[in-house]
Amino acid sequence: MDFDFITKTFVRLLAALPLTLSVWFLSVVLGGLIAAGVTWMRVSGVKPFEFFARAYVMVFRGTPLLIQLFVVYYGLASLPALRASFIWPFLRDAFNCAVLSLALCTAGYQAEIFRGALLAVPHGQVEAARACGMSRLLMFRRIIFPIAMRHALPAYSTEMISMVKSTALVSLITLWDVMSIALKIRNDTLVTYLPLILAGAIYFVVNYIIGAGFLALERRLSPHLRPRPS
Amino acid sequence: MSAETPALTVDTMHKSFGQLEVLRGVSLTANDGDVISILGSSGSGKSTFLRCINLLETPDEGVVTVAGETIKMRRRGDGRAEPADRRQVDRIRSELGMVFQSFNLWSHLTVLENLIEAPVHVQKRPRGECIEEARALLAKVGMSERENYYPAHLSGGQQQRAAIARALAMRPKVMLFDEPTSALDPELVGEVLRVMRALAEEGRTMLVVTHEMSFARDVSTRVMFLHQGLVEAEGPPQELFSGSTSDRFRQFISKERG
Repeated sequence: MDFDFITKTFVRLLAALPLTLSVWFLSVVLGGLIAAGVTWMRVSGVKPFEFFARAYVMVFRGTPLLIQLFVVYYGLASLPALRASFIWPFLRDAFNCAVLSLALCTAGYQAEIFRGALLAVPHGQVEAARACGMSRLLMFRRIIFPIAMRHALPAYSTEMISMVKSTALVSLITLWDVMSIALKIRNDTLVTYLPLILAGAIYFVVNYIIGAGFLALERRLSPHLRPRPS
Repeated sequence: MSAETPALTVDTMHKSFGQLEVLRGVSLTANDGDVISILGSSGSGKSTFLRCINLLETPDEGVVTVAGETIKMRRRGDGRAEPADRRQVDRIRSELGMVFQSFNLWSHLTVLENLIEAPVHVQKRPRGECIEEARALLAKVGMSERENYYPAHLSGGQQQRAAIARALAMRPKVMLFDEPTSALDPELVGEVLRVMRALAEEGRTMLVVTHEMSFARDVSTRVMFLHQGLVEAEGPPQELFSGSTSDRFRQFISKERG
């Protein structure tokens, strides 16, 4: 075992972690906002909105993220009209493309999580809120959202973890994330497994922390689901 | 409020679900301190009637007036009725305390939080004052020991007593009870009825949809018997129970007694 090589590889991989984490963080936040809009359309009762939301979820859940990423990064760049437009300065940057396509994709999944969580809010509790004179907005803020959010947490943490792993795909559009550094070290040194295993360990630890964080949040927010205090 | 203004009036209420006419012109006047039991077999429209009063269901026709204020309705393009002013509906709902068959306490809030939720956020009263009042109400319904419990950690009877306290916390002008004991185990019915009886005795105005004949007979000031969407019999319980002119009502009470 060459400990010096392990340490050096590890340090180089860790140096790429901030990029991986920023792609992840920005895309899940942006994706969450898009998902909120899609979910709102999906339950709005307005037919065209509902249709759009269903189509959105189908397309982004039904096609490989890698294809979505390439379409955004290479495909959009090949449209002359787009290259001439004001969004080109944004889209010519691989980092922005990565965030955008990951966000669009996770929004499809998150919208379904949100929808399921909303459907699981007991109707009687909503009725109780109406009966005491809550406006729609107040009712959403104080009753529906807090209950739905608690329903959504387990599935949501899975999606967050899945997204950390999905960021590895951005290594294919010239970004120097943890995965692409691992591949580069592998190419440069011909050491086959070690860089991959170390990179895997880094993803694992990150996901472990995210999973534990969500679990702690779930416990904190759901004392009513635990056995009664004795 | 002048003495002549009734706490609640409903004038010829109609409600259909599709082809099914559930209410076919039901009227009611509740003066301050009235305790009106609404009886009827299932499908008679009694729950729908109660739910139309605070517009949990939208009545097709009929005028609801709470303490002199009439709920403004209008016709939509397709001819169906809808409230003309949502804010007015929200305000009037906050003056009508509703107690449900299935309690419907908010599961993510403790008992105390359930009680102060609407007073603080709908009525915008100071939090400290709401907590103080909530504790007094919990004492009244015998739930002081349980203020920090979540609904899931309570028995049905405790949940319903907490739900009654939650409705009272809004300082309602009229209390609406929608079969408050129907979802309870028989041995828990008594504790809820005792609370309701105490409210009746302190002069609360109450509308109670119920199957509890003893409550209707002994506690209410008036009984209304619905049959197929119409008022079939109405009057003071002593009169009605000792020999109503309605055959249906006599049949109904003999069945309910088992």
